[in-house]
Amino acid sequence: MVDISYYILLSAVLFTIGAVGVLVRRNPLIIFMSVELMLNAANLAFVSFASMHGSLDGQIFVFFVMTVAAAEVAVGLALIVQIFKSRHSINVDEMNSLKG
Amino acid sequence: MSIDLILFLILAVVAVATALGMLLSKNAVYSALFLVLNFAAIAVFYLLLGAPFIAISQVTVYAGAIMVLFLFVIMLLGAETLAPSKVLRGQGWAAFGLAVVLVAETVYLLVSRHAAVGVIARPDAFLNTMDSLREIGKALFIQYLLPFEVTSILLLVAMVGAIVLTRREKGG
Repeated sequence: MVDISYYILLSAVLFTIGAVGVLVRRNPLIIFMSVELMLNAANLAFVSFASMHGSLDGQIFVFFVMTVAAAEVAVGLALIVQIFKSRHSINVDEMNSLKG
Repeated sequence: MSIDLILFLILAVVAVATALGMLLSKNAVYSALFLVLNFAAIAVFYLLLGAPFIAISQVTVYAGAIMVLFLFVIMLLGAETLAPSKVLRGQGWAAFGLAVVLVAETVYLLVSRHAAVGVIARPDAFLNTMDSLREIGKALFIQYLLPFEVTSILLLVAMVGAIVLTRREKGG
């Protein structure tokens, strides 16, 4: 018997760490990982609410979130590889032009 | 202190510590490995919450497929470490302050609405593993059939997009 507010608090802390990672880090790969961490925090909140209500809908949502995350990572990493090929650097501070 | 709470606290410490490790590592490979550990801890949380299907999906999709893709790209680009460049001064402190505000807001909401949140019952009280899998299958293929099929289109689009983006131009 664990109070659900513990789970929500943990989820909020993980989400915040992910948000700080997006804001602070300059490596786009680590920014992507931080986004994944934020998605995971949201998933944890979904599953804990689903468990509290004894319903499965939250788990189905988590399944869809995972699928979208997989698609996002595939396309995002392909973009990063292309940016690296054209600019030989992936520092986000140097990505300041639309045309390579 | 019940055994559930002790398990929760240990796993929460592991999850937060690995998330901080991901955030603070200089080397991107270490960040990725910390994140794998974090995903594993969250998978155990899912098991505690009575969601075995989601726990296994977490391990296979996130810790397996996505993080292997990340490690592959990190090593392919040789982007383990980047030279520090400061374009915005004081950005780190501003981000830290905003993070504290975000956590404080969440804690305030939790405290002020504590009556509206409840206690998680023992998960096996309402579903065992096989029943849970059966119910998820039913929900996925009856109630959520259209989103499920749209998801397959999304994955196809992502696959085609990734291939087109990384394709080598033939003959210039």
